[in-house]
Amino acid sequence: MKIQSLEDLNAIRRTYAKQIYAPEGIRINIGMASCGIAAGARAALNRAQEAFRGNATIQIRQTGCIGFCEQEPLVEILAADKPRIMYKKIQEDKIVEVIEGYLAGDFKTHKKWILGQMKDPRSLLEDEIENPLAAIRPVDGIPFMEEAPFYSAQIKVAMRNCGYIDPDRIEEYFARKGYVAFLQALKKNNPQEIIETIKASGLRGRGGGGFPTGIKWATCAKHHGNRYIICNADEGDPGAYMDRSVLEGDPHSVIEGMLIAALGIGSSQGYIYVRNEYPLAVKRLVTAIKQAKSYGLLGENIAGTDFSFNINISTGAGAFVCGESTALMASLEGKVGRPRAKYVHTVEKGFRESPSNLNNVETYANVPAIMLKGADWYTSMGTARSKGTKVFSLVGKINNTGLVEVPMGISLRDIIFKIGGGIPKKKKFKAVQTGGPSGGCIPEQFLDLPVDFDELAKVGSIMGSGGMIVMDQDTCMVDLARYFVDFLKDESCGQCNPCREGLKQMLKILTDICQGNGKEGDIELLEEIGAMMQKFSLCGLGTSAPNPVLTSILYFRDEYEAHIQDKKCPAGVCKPLFHYEIDADACTGCGVCAKKCPQGAVSGEKKKAHSIDQGKCIKCGICYEGCKFDAIRIC
Amino acid sequence: MNEAAMMETPDAIDYMELDTIIETEYGLSRENLIMILQAIQKRYNYLPKPALTYLATKISLPMSQIYGVATFYSTFSLEPRGRNIISVCLGTACHVRGGAKIHEKLENMFQITDGQTTADHRFTLESVRCIGCCSLGPVIKINEDMHSRIQTDALEKILAQYE
Ligand SMILES: Cc1cc2nc3c(=O)[nH]c(=O)nc-3n(C[C@H](O)[C@H](O)[C@H](O)COP(=O)(O)O)c2cc1C
Ligand code: SF4
Ligand code: FES
Repeated sequence: MKIQSLEDLNAIRRTYAKQIYAPEGIRINIGMASCGIAAGARAALNRAQEAFRGNATIQIRQTGCIGFCEQEPLVEILAADKPRIMYKKIQEDKIVEVIEGYLAGDFKTHKKWILGQMKDPRSLLEDEIENPLAAIRPVDGIPFMEEAPFYSAQIKVAMRNCGYIDPDRIEEYFARKGYVAFLQALKKNNPQEIIETIKASGLRGRGGGGFPTGIKWATCAKHHGNRYIICNADEGDPGAYMDRSVLEGDPHSVIEGMLIAALGIGSSQGYIYVRNEYPLAVKRLVTAIKQAKSYGLLGENIAGTDFSFNINISTGAGAFVCGESTALMASLEGKVGRPRAKYVHTVEKGFRESPSNLNNVETYANVPAIMLKGADWYTSMGTARSKGTKVFSLVGKINNTGLVEVPMGISLRDIIFKIGGGIPKKKKFKAVQTGGPSGGCIPEQFLDLPVDFDELAKVGSIMGSGGMIVMDQDTCMVDLARYFVDFLKDESCGQCNPCREGLKQMLKILTDICQGNGKEGDIELLEEIGAMMQKFSLCGLGTSAPNPVLTSILYFRDEYEAHIQDKKCPAGVCKPLFHYEIDADACTGCGVCAKKCPQGAVSGEKKKAHSIDQGKCIKCGICYEGCKFDAIRIC
Repeated sequence: MNEAAMMETPDAIDYMELDTIIETEYGLSRENLIMILQAIQKRYNYLPKPALTYLATKISLPMSQIYGVATFYSTFSLEPRGRNIISVCLGTACHVRGGAKIHEKLENMFQITDGQTTADHRFTLESVRCIGCCSLGPVIKINEDMHSRIQTDALEKILAQYE
């Protein structure tokens, strides 16, 4: 069927809203994004399908990631007349039992596997329908998901559908008001109005640079030629996976955003450049595009108008620099992804020398929501110059790892300690790294900083695309700086001297420091090279590459000095610069370390203090991680 | 590359199949070069030289440009790889959770370094920078299977599943 009007769309929407909110029988949503699958969701899904084969009252559905990756596999069960329950860590051995419990109305037996119950599953676009759970009595003694610390501060705009719908069924996207924004814009707005709304919303690019999206669209629309709408799904920042999650959990939100951009800018061809490491995202996009075509929402003469738009998918091949706009467009043309100087911007001459509008996945995913709810609604969230919400991937040494979408302006402390639940194993927070290889490390003293493009830049880091890597006392800041420089040295395209040679020299100096061969003057030399690279590199990779080094020197100079002057690595990471010793007073002689040590380097009598044979020790750290009494010391 | 891998006779190239990839799937377009190379690598596990020479004439592109692209992007391999590809994530999130220790352990187990293949062709060890499962780090991927929250002592059991 080809959709011709909003009425057509609304008719389908009503049918499927019933399926996703109040199904006959029960519906089981299994989180099947890459992270869920890695945690065992596929096996759980297969087991459930086997166990309930032929039972028409049980619908088993795959969904995207709702963000609480720490507790995966996540399984949610709902029915028209029962509470909506989210179960955590449901591997194949538990799933059948959990479903049977739910069917029997028993929420006690498996209470320890319940993450919570939902209060209101609607997306924030659906305020005109009634809460499907309004008439259902909640289960006593089970917390509401919306009130859990992990969720209560979150507002889901870009991720509004992730975890609620089956991404392989466009009808479920319709059910949550998908494509309404696009059809309205198509039938009612002129291009100027679309661009004005985006401008007024204050939306800034979510790919890292934070350039105002409306201004970019307006500039692109001014240039003549075959304009292209391109989506940057290269997500190169190691430790960030927001874009993957949106593409895997709700691909249509990105397609709809691109359609609206195409209407505003005037384009009939789009491209999505996805990194090769995301095969599932590619698969879901291919399916989504096919389905959108079959409903006539992509293709020629969309909904009976003279507007036509198609989307092609192109995959990258493992080059971080291809996330940069000019390199990305070269790569789309099948060439080596080398950035060029931007005397002429890509909005004027980009892909195939034509005007090209490039935005990030999350940027596009925000667009339909802004169009539906209006610019005023969007600007009501955030700070003076950073509006709306931002998705962060909260990873590293943190209790609740996962994806969180928060309003701009929230403090780093709230994200890390309230939502993230703090640092595991009672260890001490040391720093949070934002912005990936182009960003910096932010120490404890700035934790009350509001998260916003400009505030993070003031302390030497950047918002970046949303990677937030939390580090505790066991992370060595010099080693981390070395890690990023090593990464960037491999990824530099090598065409300009400051970046190519600067990174090489920085790596050499940092490696020397980590191996105990640091010299007086090394820190100053790093600063000098960094300043030179910031000034003279051709593209953003080179100009931002020194950030991790310079911020770690700025805030953790003492660690550098300990490495250089005392030949010590206080965090116990740089192997030549520390050794383990057992604190005889704290050691209970339980013998766990002696059993675990692969080298047989630990010895001692039962119930008496043990000791380590330094000649045998390879500093693998297994004893340090394994000791329950904190008796292993880094010296 | 180690010697055993070098001595192996190269795969016979199926040119009919190459035609399907280059013409039918990718319409002889130079813009699709990267995706054509990906398809060839998927088929042969690496980029065999004769296939590249053939591709160069088919889409009239100098060999130097094809090599340029094949060596610029890190997913491409110009040498044969093992039956199973182990990708150890060394992305930042995995790094701070001990990804390097996993990599080191694998290097020691197989007596090979990053990018090399074991003499029996069972495994190729590669490092990657983030596969998007950062919340479950450290992560390794073997062929298409993701293994999360890896601890060094669990490696042998995981590897035993792959012949
Ligand atoms: C080295 C480098 C890597 C980048 N990688 C990405 C990326 O992976 N994803 C992304 O969306 N933007 C990336 N960017 C930013 C893009 O160049 C571009 O600004 C962005 O895609 C524009 O979209 P936005 O305005 O919606 O953010 C990168 C920039 C540089 C300099
Ligand atoms: S700054 Fe680095 S990555 Fe960018 S163009 Fe120069 S060498 Fe290439
Ligand atoms: S850092 Fe390892 S999967 Fe992202």
